[in-house]
Amino acid sequence: MASLIKCPHCGVRPREEFSVRGDASVVRPSPAASDEEWHRYVHIRENPRGPYREHWQHAAGCRRWLVVHRNNVTHEVYDVMDAATVAKEVAQ
Amino acid sequence: MRYSAFSIVKQALSGNRNWAPAWREPQPKAHYDVIIVGGGAHGLATAYYLAKEFSTANIAVLEKSYIGSGNAGRNTTIIRSNYMLPGNSAFYELSLKLWEGLERELNYNAMVSQRGMVYLIHSDSQRDAMARAGNAMLMNGSDAELLDREQVRRLLPYLNYDHARFPILGAFVQRRAGTVRHDAVVWGYARAADSRGVDIIQDCEVTAIRRQDGLVTGVETSKGFIGCNKLALATAGNTSTVGRMAGLDLPIESHVLQAFVSEGLKPLIDHVIIYGTGGHFYISQSDKGGLVFGADLDGYSSYAQRGNLAAVESTMADGVALIPGLSRVRALRAWGGIMDMTMDGSPIIDRTPVDNLYLNGGWCYGGFKATPASGFCFAHLIARNEPHPVARLLRLDRFERGFPLDEGGKGPQPNLQ
Repeated sequence: MASLIKCPHCGVRPREEFSVRGDASVVRPSPAASDEEWHRYVHIRENPRGPYREHWQHAAGCRRWLVVHRNNVTHEVYDVMDAATVAKEVAQ
Repeated sequence: MRYSAFSIVKQALSGNRNWAPAWREPQPKAHYDVIIVGGGAHGLATAYYLAKEFSTANIAVLEKSYIGSGNAGRNTTIIRSNYMLPGNSAFYELSLKLWEGLERELNYNAMVSQRGMVYLIHSDSQRDAMARAGNAMLMNGSDAELLDREQVRRLLPYLNYDHARFPILGAFVQRRAGTVRHDAVVWGYARAADSRGVDIIQDCEVTAIRRQDGLVTGVETSKGFIGCNKLALATAGNTSTVGRMAGLDLPIESHVLQAFVSEGLKPLIDHVIIYGTGGHFYISQSDKGGLVFGADLDGYSSYAQRGNLAAVESTMADGVALIPGLSRVRALRAWGGIMDMTMDGSPIIDRTPVDNLYLNGGWCYGGFKATPASGFCFAHLIARNEPHPVARLLRLDRFERGFPLDEGGKGPQPNLQ
């Protein structure tokens, strides 16, 4: 993993300033969704090898939630976007 | 060839040139009754117990690299059974009992050393939690002891007892815990399984799982197609990758965990010491003299067998905070292993939605110490098609049914387990 992460708001910052939540590909279902859908959201993970999108928070910086697009084999970071920007793009 | 003092003398007299290889290097047959994917300690133990305890013949273990090249060679070699929850405690206690008899069982020196584990206590609430866990262990027939600060000081005088944030108030001790030589476990099981006719096939990577009418018929490998009646996966670290070949949906994320070994030192640390700070730091001294110590997860999804400097720094800082005398010790090597982190921190030994496909994985941090019981219970499952009594709660569908085994009480967050 790169020791430096480029926050879209704060610029290049050390990795220690960020905390990692996990897989950004799962989408929270509606409260009325079935138990099966909730189970899949809470527990089941694709866990791919290679390119991966993950939710990180710049906890010791701007405190924004980010989507870090990176490779979990080579540890190369492709890009980092604000999670709200990603959500808007998905919504469109 | 049986190893004994006599065989050592006899071989020495002929210049140690006539030792037979500890296992064969067979070519794969066209078909096996049982194929085990993964030639780590768990896969080899499974093959051994299948052949010995459950009289299964015609078994193959397929390993993509050399045996023991995955997590069996990338851990801190600690064995212990300080688990509290029903479902975990009896399982890990069986494992510790099997460790105790392992060397006789395998006729192999695995350097099982029950040097005791000292889990340090830094707050009153932690002492309460440890007392509760210890009582649960005693009720399950294991051993546990609570020491006060002065008793710990007599045992381990070199610790920093007056750290401002994490003073040492006492310790939880399991005397039967300890360390084992990890490679010898792999080699011992491999030799014992091989002598019972198990084919151990190295450099044989499974690339696809062939299915017909809802059943597995065999595996495509780098050495061609190999047929089987039953397929067993023991590929922790890559369980999702292999499971996907059979269409399994798994509650697993892969994470990297680092460990380190220092330059060789004279005897300094006689036990396994665990810093009870929430961040993981655990240390023991190998028989060669190197201090072996480990860390917490780096925290992000990873399939790379190497970690980040941030985790290295925090581990070293923890170590020096606990044992100030380590500040000038040089780290010699560092490595990362890929952990199958499940959503509750407990493993899976179970059947799968595919009838003749069996799963062993999700070992999180706990894989090495679980090796003998994992192999024994997985062999039981494969041979009898029903779980061993001590592993019956380690089910794949426990998440869906709402019965997670969340030993740490952390919720479904794999990087916190």
